[in-house]
Amino acid sequence: MKDIVLIVTAVILSLAAAGAIYRIAVGPSLLDRVLASDVLLAILGAALAIDMAVNRHLNNLVLLVALTLIGFVGSVTVARFVADRRGQVNDS
Amino acid sequence: MSRKRISFRTELPLLVWLVVVWGALWRDFSPGNLVFGALIAVVVARVFYLPPVELSGRFNVLRAIPFVVVFLGKVVAASFQVMYLAVFRGPSVTNAVVAVPLRSRSDLMVTATGHVISLIPGSLVVEVDRSTSTLYIHGLNVRNVVDTAKLRKEVQDTEASLIRIMGTRAEMDALQAEGRPATRGAGS
Amino acid sequence: MTPNATGADAVIDAVTAVLLIVGALMSLGAAIGLLRFPDLMSRMHAATKPQVLGLFLVLAAIGLQMREWWVWPILAVAWIFQLLTVPVSAHMVGRAGYRTKHLHPELLSIDELEAVVVRAAGQRAAEKAQEAASEMRHTGSTRDDGSARESGNARDARDSGSAGANDGPSA
Repeated sequence: MKDIVLIVTAVILSLAAAGAIYRIAVGPSLLDRVLASDVLLAILGAALAIDMAVNRHLNNLVLLVALTLIGFVGSVTVARFVADRRGQVNDS
Repeated sequence: MSRKRISFRTELPLLVWLVVVWGALWRDFSPGNLVFGALIAVVVARVFYLPPVELSGRFNVLRAIPFVVVFLGKVVAASFQVMYLAVFRGPSVTNAVVAVPLRSRSDLMVTATGHVISLIPGSLVVEVDRSTSTLYIHGLNVRNVVDTAKLRKEVQDTEASLIRIMGTRAEMDALQAEGRPATRGAGS
Repeated sequence: MTPNATGADAVIDAVTAVLLIVGALMSLGAAIGLLRFPDLMSRMHAATKPQVLGLFLVLAAIGLQMREWWVWPILAVAWIFQLLTVPVSAHMVGRAGYRTKHLHPELLSIDELEAVVVRAAGQRAAEKAQEAASEMRHTGSTRDDGSARESGNARDARDSGSAGANDGPSA
């Protein structure tokens, strides 16, 4: 049971991560890449959480919260930067 | 330092939240740890002062619980719908940006409505106009005027139930007087 | 998970397995959405939101497996952090995407924001020209701060339809 769940989720998450990495590689714009790396971060978080559920421990929980917050700060910063630069171009 | 004195009652939700986070991070909900966490929460709230969130002072738990259940149901249904659209419709999906005027002018209510709407997959707040408290919402798979009206009605219904949970008296009265939620927007 | 579980343990393990797999599928759905949707805005719907449900399911699985009451508040805190941050970052990216014209207009059936933006931009340009003219007349004039005027602007733009029409769109 444990092994089956681990294998199935590992395959699903690997496919998802491959999709996200592909979007980071080709993603036509910066914002697409930010979005895709956010998804990649969420997939990593899901992997950490699944490890905790299957092996019954909570060691990664703080890491999970930190990951969420880092992803938040990262994407907000980049979005802000993109908007600002573009806004100045428009104004001038 | 001249800062507006905030009442303990206004500050209480923040303090409780900080204590819960403290306990969660230590993974220890023993009374001693929680008391120490409460002390730290008070110090943090005093030292790192933020403008207080202006709550209306009422919170209806009886209406909050069904709202949370309905919200979770919507999140589940909409998540699967977005997944279905991604797999089967993909590139040919049509979207829209819809202006939804809200009843309430309070920042808290506009923020809460925007948050809830953003969390339900398939709708996303693109821009907020604070002066008229209008949300501009990007909806996934909104093809025609009927879908637009549906999206607008959903947002306004969400706001109505949020007002019933924690709106001010005046907002409640306005909602009651209105009787039926409006479905016409500013843009149409 | 317990090996060779029987009774209640087996049921809990089965529920856990379903929760974990559906949670992982949510991540896969996000990735498929990233790959298949045509523009940034629709990708955002697929990318950010199913994660909320996915994390909820996986955290519920952890809670079921640990079987200790004090785990639930911790998991709730982890999930609420996600609930608070996801809409904000989605809004910021979406707003930046809209402002930098990352969406394909032909994929929008209705765009009620565009007219407002065009009008506000026209009016802002008109005001700027007026301000420049008045500053030239008396050089010591004070500039009032922009944010207050900006919020008033959008309202004016809505009320008086063709106020900024003379200047045309500049955004």
